Amino acid sequence: MLDLIWLLPTFPLLGFLSLVLTSGRLPKPIVAAIGAGSVGLSFALAAMIAMTFLGSGEDYYIVETFTWMSVGSFTPGFSFYLDGLSLVMMLVITGVGFLIHVYATGYMDEDPGYSRFFSYMNLFVAAMLMLVLGDNLVLLYLGWEGVGLCSYLLIGFWYTKPENGYAARKAFVVTRVGDTSMAIGLFLLFAHFGTLNIQDLMHAAEIEWATGTNLPAIAALLLLGGAVGKSAQLPLQTWLPDAMAGPTPISALIHAATMVTAGVYLIARTHVLFELAPDVQILVAWIGLITLLMAGFTAMTQTDIKRILAFSTVSQIGYMFLGLGVGAWSASIFHLMTHAFFKALLFLGSGSVILAMHHEQDIFKMGALRKVLPISFASFMIGSLALTAFPFTSGFFSKDEILLAAIELEGVGFWLWLGGVVGAFFTGIYTFRLMFVVFFGENRGHHCEGEYGGWNMSVPLMILMVLSLVGGFIHIPVEAVFSHGEAHEEHHASLLIEGIMIAVPLIGIGIAYLFYGSKTLSVENLMASSLAKNLHKFWNSGWGMDWLYDRLFVFPFMWLARINAKDIVDQFYGLVVEINRAAHQMIVRSQTGYLRWYALSVATGLVLIITLGVLL
Amino acid sequence: METIPIEHGLILAGILFALGLIGVLTRRNIVFVLMSLEIMLNASGLAFIVAAARWGHAEGQVMFLIILTLAAAEVAVGLGLIIQMFRKYQTVDINVLSEMKG
Repeated sequence: MLDLIWLLPTFPLLGFLSLVLTSGRLPKPIVAAIGAGSVGLSFALAAMIAMTFLGSGEDYYIVETFTWMSVGSFTPGFSFYLDGLSLVMMLVITGVGFLIHVYATGYMDEDPGYSRFFSYMNLFVAAMLMLVLGDNLVLLYLGWEGVGLCSYLLIGFWYTKPENGYAARKAFVVTRVGDTSMAIGLFLLFAHFGTLNIQDLMHAAEIEWATGTNLPAIAALLLLGGAVGKSAQLPLQTWLPDAMAGPTPISALIHAATMVTAGVYLIARTHVLFELAPDVQILVAWIGLITLLMAGFTAMTQTDIKRILAFSTVSQIGYMFLGLGVGAWSASIFHLMTHAFFKALLFLGSGSVILAMHHEQDIFKMGALRKVLPISFASFMIGSLALTAFPFTSGFFSKDEILLAAIELEGVGFWLWLGGVVGAFFTGIYTFRLMFVVFFGENRGHHCEGEYGGWNMSVPLMILMVLSLVGGFIHIPVEAVFSHGEAHEEHHASLLIEGIMIAVPLIGIGIAYLFYGSKTLSVENLMASSLAKNLHKFWNSGWGMDWLYDRLFVFPFMWLARINAKDIVDQFYGLVVEINRAAHQMIVRSQTGYLRWYALSVATGLVLIITLGVLL
Repeated sequence: METIPIEHGLILAGILFALGLIGVLTRRNIVFVLMSLEIMLNASGLAFIVAAARWGHAEGQVMFLIILTLAAAEVAVGLGLIIQMFRKYQTVDINVLSEMKG
């Protein structure tokens, strides 16, 4: 059974190939069957593999298929490594992925690019499975770049609008910055250990490198660069909000549930390296904390329903990084899983709202939708509760574990915890601001006919609702993976701390209610002062990061491109062409067209040759 | 009978050839160009005859016969082309035919 693991990425890959090779000639029901069915098959197989694996009691299982390339001692193969961590990731990807695929069969129903959409989606799932199942960093990197490519293709899915193409290019270029750093990290690791097999690498690093020395710090820093790029953390977080230009199922699958958490997976997978570099590890926590706070502020000021969710995703991944940074590996992975549930639910719910509102995304043009869109309302309610860590929903348990692990850290732990709690407070505000504005209050005149789509859109929502509610009770089997160095499982939190963590999000919800539900407090009054206006503008622009990067990188580059429009290198080759052309012009003059000239040339030539022959 | 030295015959052939070449190069009337060409052909024919007489071989005379027929054929074709040219351009000035310049 376990040896069949290679089939997991193969099913979606075959789906991709069959959809791509027929290039949209198949009828829609067949496309839907191939697109969603291939991922469904993968999920069924993944579930069976998971049961067999957990029943076997092994810590890990390796399946080797064939060697990819063989260059000297460097022989990375298509080998799969199954342990608790990749098991959780594989189930999340295929499970949530399958639900989103089913939802998308309804969501994309009227789109002319139906088949193209599912082919990219299938390729994405195949690449993502490769990423989490690969036993060496080269295979991981293959999947890493594969998901990046699919992300690019799907953000720019509606390519006729230039903004979408711009957003796609931005996502691609910004993540490429991180990927380059990661590639250098891989070179460094290979140069030192001569292998890129993850497990061998980790064992070798543990033996050869001392904790706190320079080399592991540099290697960890380079890998962290890749992780922040992919997971949209400071300073490479600017691409994710723009990535919302893609269709909503894409935002759910790629930009919330799976791909953006690949950075978290990478750090968890190479956690030994990060433990050898405590400075870098605590940097991970600070990056997570600052990102989650910045994104929280920005989310409170956004008006586009999907951009609010995007900033909330950035913020939640910030929590995962915070968890990784304080050594709560399994708590981070746990939060990754619950976040995949409730954020996919929120995005799919927002997709239903957007379709019902005829592609209106401004929350202030919606209102009182709870009666018209009961299923979307239910999914938003449950998703929002889980997102704000309402007691006993899935997000509560996972966020709790991360924050408790943070406060137990010596030294800066309290400040990390405090920042996380403040972030949770903002989460409460921006999530329920969205809820109250969209689903309560008065109807703002925008016409809405009610729920769009059939069972294929409502059933995935319901399953995700259940998962978001009870997902916190799932036990993820990752103890064996993080057996050493794990911040201990049992948290001895005092009642006060526990109480604060429960109360703070509720206070946030209350404030959102006062401003947007009951309207006891008025936003207009708050916004009256110019300081508040400027702050609002500053936060709304995402702390001016886009502005800064435009000035730091984009404009200088454009300027360079403009002054070098003729290309210095090209001018050398242009010179060669010019010389040829001049020589040609000179010779052309001898072609007079007069017969006598040619006869004279022949005669002169003859005389010359004969003279030479006689003389020599 | 005193034989004419071979040099004399060859010098005559050379002079004829040069005259013909000068005619080809300087004449503008295409009929005269054709006639100059004939002179050049005959000059080479004369050189063959002289050489054949000097060594007593028959091949030189055979070659002259070939040149003779060649000249006849060439004149036929050449005159035909000249007539076509005259029909088209209403002139026999060879400088008119310079359309093929670079």
